[in-house]
Amino acid sequence: MSFENFGIVSFTAETKASDFVSYLEKGQVMATRCRKCGTNYFPPRMDCSKCLSSDVEWFEIKGEGKLVTYTVVNYGPTGFENDAPYTLAIVDFDKVRVFGRLSKGIKEGDIKPGMKLKVLPVRLPGDRIGYEFQRV
Amino acid sequence: MQDVAIVGVGQSVFSRKCGVSIRELCFEAYTEAMEGLDITNNGIDASIICSAPEYDKQRSPAGSISEYLKLTPKPSFYVETVCSSSSTGLRVGWSLIKAGLHKVVAVIGFQKMSDLTSRDAAERMSRGGDIIWESPFGISMPAGYAMYARAHMAKYGTTEEQLAKVRVKNSHYGAANPKATYRKELSLEEILGSEVIASPLKKFDCCANADGASCIIIASRDIAKRITNIPIWIIGLGAATDTMTMSGRESLTGLRCAQEAAKQAYKMAGVGPKDIDVAEVHDCFTIAELMAYEDLGFAKPGEGVGLIEDKETYVGGKIPVNVDGGLLSKGHPIGATGGSQIRTIVKQLRGEAGETQVKGAEIGLVHNIGGVGQYGNVTILRR
Repeated sequence: MSFENFGIVSFTAETKASDFVSYLEKGQVMATRCRKCGTNYFPPRMDCSKCLSSDVEWFEIKGEGKLVTYTVVNYGPTGFENDAPYTLAIVDFDKVRVFGRLSKGIKEGDIKPGMKLKVLPVRLPGDRIGYEFQRV
Repeated sequence: MQDVAIVGVGQSVFSRKCGVSIRELCFEAYTEAMEGLDITNNGIDASIICSAPEYDKQRSPAGSISEYLKLTPKPSFYVETVCSSSSTGLRVGWSLIKAGLHKVVAVIGFQKMSDLTSRDAAERMSRGGDIIWESPFGISMPAGYAMYARAHMAKYGTTEEQLAKVRVKNSHYGAANPKATYRKELSLEEILGSEVIASPLKKFDCCANADGASCIIIASRDIAKRITNIPIWIIGLGAATDTMTMSGRESLTGLRCAQEAAKQAYKMAGVGPKDIDVAEVHDCFTIAELMAYEDLGFAKPGEGVGLIEDKETYVGGKIPVNVDGGLLSKGHPIGATGGSQIRTIVKQLRGEAGETQVKGAEIGLVHNIGGVGQYGNVTILRR
């Protein structure tokens, strides 16, 4: 798969961080870290804005994160009209903060800021790939 | 360096479907701004055209608008920070005059959104977020602000009813604004009972897409005193940014770009939140107005709800806010909104606000935000 296969609808074909999709295919959600100054990045980026080095490495986002906030979207933009309702969320992990979707398996009434979540790759319809937050 | 004054303000009627072209919308705003000024088109040294791109077939709209208003052969160019484009235009215009390059500048904002379906307009706004990492999940403007609302509720106990009270107020004032898209008072029950767009935000927590234009004419001190009786002085300007990504935000209970812009504007003006007599804030969603109370220092973090509960942001309260109905009533033609907010404050400071006049208003503030808190402009004006 190429980077164009990332997400429900992709708007970007090329990025230096396109290996993100290859890692998803292998079952890993990855962030990056600057080898020179140690700054962690999510979304992953191959250029460090802190020390301006491009010597960065990938690392896996493992373990439990904490839900910071969420919203259940009932009205999707063009391209997402048949996808709603879906839940967007921001989750804090040990080293990075991640934006994404909550698994449709979690009922709305059970969602609470502060709840523990993990992040895993997910296959999407139409030969696409992404990631989602799931219950620990 | 000469002081800079606002000498003319205008806006078109904001509506769901204007039925005219962009240049004609701008003409309506421009003629109102020029009304009563002792100056002709030839006296405008430059025009700054402000809007969000990709709503129009016309590429480089500055060219067609400057021709239609006969502002050629003077310089004209385009400025963009999505929903805060026209207050960014004011900042650029101010600096052109301060630098001595020009003496009179027209800042024209516009947006015609009715050429797109509502979903296509949502898609444009979605791509106003980070297209590589966040748009592929289906983010939208309501969704971004909804995440702020949920975080604010979790931290401070803010309720959906308190959010709805912001719309009750703004619909009350919108009913009196002949230029507003929505001129109907809404009850708390109607707002709370409207359909959920992105939880916890419901239809009536959200402003609507609209067509409209605005125009602000600014001038150096010597010219301003000659061409108008009541110049309104620009005494404070603040501008800041935050990350494009939602995951990059350090706080999700307030807009850092607004806090930073407010700090700059207060410092430059030499005033504080208590000195502001009337304010226009960017209420694209009810939560946005509530956060603005806190980000601008009208209330401490988490205590903004007290201002709406006690009706302190109504006319007659401690700090009247959005007494023209706000974006929630006027509608939000993206590039025109900042200019419309400035127009309202200028009319208040001139004492020309009619039935919603805040008595004796001398210092006013405009808070105009681009995207989901990506760009923040705070402008302070004095009579």
